[in-house]
Amino acid sequence: MPNPAYALLASPMSYLRTFGPRADPATTLMWGLVALSLAVVAIITLLVVSGVLVRRRRGAVEAMASLPAERGSGGLAWFYVGMPLTVIALVGALAWTVAVLAAIDSPPVKPRLTLEVTGHQWWWEVRYLSPNPSWTFVTANEIHIPTGQPIQVKLVSADVIHSFWAPALTGKTDAIPGQTNLSWLQADRPGVYRGQCAEFCGVQHAHMGLDVVAEAPAAFEAWRRGQLRPAAAPVTAEALDGERAFVAHCGACHAVQGTDARGQASGDFIGPITASSLAAQAAALPARHSSTGGVVGPDLTHLMSRTSLAAGTLPNNVGGLSGWIANPQALKPGAQMPATYLSGPQLSAVVSYLETLR
Amino acid sequence: MTAWEDSRRPRIVKVDGDFPAERLRKIWEGGPGLAGWISSVDHKEIGKRYIVTAFVFLILGGVEAMVMRWQLGGPDQRLLSPEQYDQLFTIHGVTMIFLYSSPILTGFSNFLWPLLFGSRDMAFPRLNALSYWIYLASGLFIYAGFVTGNGANDGWFNYVPYASKAYDPGINIDVYALGLILLGISTTVGSANFVVTFLRTRAPGMSINRVPILTWGTLSASVSNLLAVPSVSLAFFLLWLDRQFGTQFFTASQGQPLVWQHLFWMFGHPWVYAIVLPAMGMVSDALPTFCRRPLVGYTPVALATVATMALGMGVWVHHMFATGLPSLALSFFAGASLIITIPSAVAVFAWTATIWTGRPVIRTAFLFFASMIVLFVIGGVSGVMTASTPVDWQLTQTYFLVAHIHYVLIGINVFPVVGAIYYWFPKMTGRLLNEPLGYWNFWTMFIGFNLGFFPMHIVGMMGMPRRIYTYGAQMGWGPMNLVISLGALLFAIGVMLLVINIAISLKRGAIAGPNPWSAPTLEWSIPSPPPPYNFAVIPTIESRHPLWEDWLNESPARSRLTEGLLLDRGRETLATSPLDAEPNLVLEMPADSFAPFVLTCGLTGAFIAALFHIWWVVGVGLLIVIAALVDWFWPRRVHADMTASQQGAADG
Repeated sequence: MPNPAYALLASPMSYLRTFGPRADPATTLMWGLVALSLAVVAIITLLVVSGVLVRRRRGAVEAMASLPAERGSGGLAWFYVGMPLTVIALVGALAWTVAVLAAIDSPPVKPRLTLEVTGHQWWWEVRYLSPNPSWTFVTANEIHIPTGQPIQVKLVSADVIHSFWAPALTGKTDAIPGQTNLSWLQADRPGVYRGQCAEFCGVQHAHMGLDVVAEAPAAFEAWRRGQLRPAAAPVTAEALDGERAFVAHCGACHAVQGTDARGQASGDFIGPITASSLAAQAAALPARHSSTGGVVGPDLTHLMSRTSLAAGTLPNNVGGLSGWIANPQALKPGAQMPATYLSGPQLSAVVSYLETLR
Repeated sequence: MTAWEDSRRPRIVKVDGDFPAERLRKIWEGGPGLAGWISSVDHKEIGKRYIVTAFVFLILGGVEAMVMRWQLGGPDQRLLSPEQYDQLFTIHGVTMIFLYSSPILTGFSNFLWPLLFGSRDMAFPRLNALSYWIYLASGLFIYAGFVTGNGANDGWFNYVPYASKAYDPGINIDVYALGLILLGISTTVGSANFVVTFLRTRAPGMSINRVPILTWGTLSASVSNLLAVPSVSLAFFLLWLDRQFGTQFFTASQGQPLVWQHLFWMFGHPWVYAIVLPAMGMVSDALPTFCRRPLVGYTPVALATVATMALGMGVWVHHMFATGLPSLALSFFAGASLIITIPSAVAVFAWTATIWTGRPVIRTAFLFFASMIVLFVIGGVSGVMTASTPVDWQLTQTYFLVAHIHYVLIGINVFPVVGAIYYWFPKMTGRLLNEPLGYWNFWTMFIGFNLGFFPMHIVGMMGMPRRIYTYGAQMGWGPMNLVISLGALLFAIGVMLLVINIAISLKRGAIAGPNPWSAPTLEWSIPSPPPPYNFAVIPTIESRHPLWEDWLNESPARSRLTEGLLLDRGRETLATSPLDAEPNLVLEMPADSFAPFVLTCGLTGAFIAALFHIWWVVGVGLLIVIAALVDWFWPRRVHADMTASQQGAADG
């Protein structure tokens, strides 16, 4: 954009402009209320400033004791003019609000695609639901949607309250443990729309981002078919070593479909991170294939199809991967992922294995 | 109709030289030294202590804010760890909302109410002292957690389940929970005291349509506190049980996390009005003094004050628009939240009309009061935007909300409070604050505040969430945040200028005299600083502006300020009827007492011990509380200091 003022206001999280029917009516309403607000502030400021300037006593007023007080007339007229205007503005704002609420409360047509988004400390688990179980799959932190149609989003939480928010497409809906909240969104044109957790949820609330990738329906279908495939078996020797190391060291928390990494740790694994709990978890890692627990970390079956790591914290490339696996606590202090204590060769083997997960 | 109910009929006398001041001084003066200081129940002492303590907390909260602004001044700053940042924003919110904004207003009301009412103390002076001591104790309790690294870290509204033991296992949240329950006791007894004081201790003739608006504000806030504080105290108590004894009130499995939000905001939203209405009252009372005319629309403004509070009890869900409630409920609460603008608009038009139909004298205090009108409107319209549910789904939990709450709390609380300091400092100390320094003080604060907080609206609409300890450069929020941090620094310098002005003027300020502003209300009819007994005789009131009657000349009747009931058989003041303020009882007021302080020590000890589960110490603490209460309620001759002959002479 050549306009520097626009560049100053540009942010991937901005909702000054929105791109879908869930968000647009609220954005128009917001700009309407901004205009009304600025007008009210301008009028009252003008009245106060001009009142002080016009009516003030000029010259030095040394002692107030000798200044008489008198009851000037005409004061109540301000109410007779001001209050009806206030009431009209408020009734208008309320009518518009209720109209927008009715318009965006539920999608205009029944959505063909439903996602279940689960908030975790501090990442998003995304499950594509389907009546056909073999068409259900799981990914994380990156939501692909087809353009031009409403998508239903079921919001749940695995731990504390989070809030799902992709400003350019939809306002916030909380993910509250013990209940399922519904939201929906729709993108009218392809693009990558940034989102972020909007309810304070702990030390890494700041790094709980997500991307909504809107694609033309054909491109989305291709992506979906790719996601439904299990991971391809590695071919190089290093990647094979990497797979073994991954299953042993990472598979308790991270699933890769088609391998022994199932990511189903026991429930007590989930919990606040302390130095001692980290050490205990690291020590107990190989024993953690359990039947009862929930998901601990993101499913990595198609890790390399995603653009970022650790819920929007790092770019997903060799450098990002190596740095993150080597020392997650330095990059996202307090994150649930412990240091993995891999040797140098093990680390590079795991990274080359992960690079095969496309 | 209320009849005189006392067996005794005090004489009506004229003030004549030292009569009856000299005798009253002996009766009312507090004891010397530390013992006298601790046992004092003088509302003026307690009021000043409240103000000083709350101001210290304001400075602490400001320092915390500056550290956070350093961290956020640019992308990817590493000054603070995430946990440090979380504790900082939490203690900043707790400090400003609980330990500064309400107590500072309580302080002003404590100091001013009996002076405004032509009375000699609050209705329950020892309860007043107790309210202060417990406030101080709860503030120290909460800060003890913070300075030892165990401060609350889940934000001031402390949502579960993050605040539950499973996710926050330290004692951090327990410190906050017990600290707020303790503070709730202080707020409750203080509020009860204000309600009774308002209804029963106004000077004869000060009917309910003649009281200053400040007292309407504090009364409304107090009634609301009595209804709202139990909700938050209960919520924190249940949370403490969940955390310590495994109850399941707020758990997702067997309880309901959302109940916390309802209980908290049923308290939290009325509280927001409770910490602005008395400050708005100060503006309604003091702005007209500088405009040299009575407030335009006293009755609408008084009714609007009460209406705001009543409506304020019914809007809490607008803090919960994103929690998945049905849209019909959301529409209702959006409507209720918009309607509350109407009484606020009444106040804005009243103040603006007062300026336009008066002849303003520009003083520092006036600048703070007049500028508050504009800040109030900015905070008000951004509130209208957040009341509109679909818009709030975007605005909530962003820096737009941070901007809104600061325009409300700084604009409608801090600016009037600083104005009130300039206005009533002479009454409290006998000296005026320095005016030229005051102008610098005002403009630095005003420019710094708007530079620091207005861009928060914009960066919020650029999607910056609140409560993040850092952000990446690619978000594009860096330049705006640098401006915000610099503005905040300028604002902090402005507050420092106020501190400097106070420090200089305490020693060298111009002598004020009883009424430096030629103001209309009763506190200005007595010396500055006021004598311990406030009024030598109980005045009789004929209008809203007892000291302006000769100028306004609205009726032939004149208030009598130097002739009235002689109440000098000990610490005495007059009780009057709730509506018409007809005199009907002589109130025997208590002597200075150690009981409030001792009770507070026992209670605080019990709370500290409960934090660490040392139950026998809790028992000892409660025994001390009981002992203090026994002393408190022990029947005693209040006027034992009078000799029998004096008694007889007075009876005759």
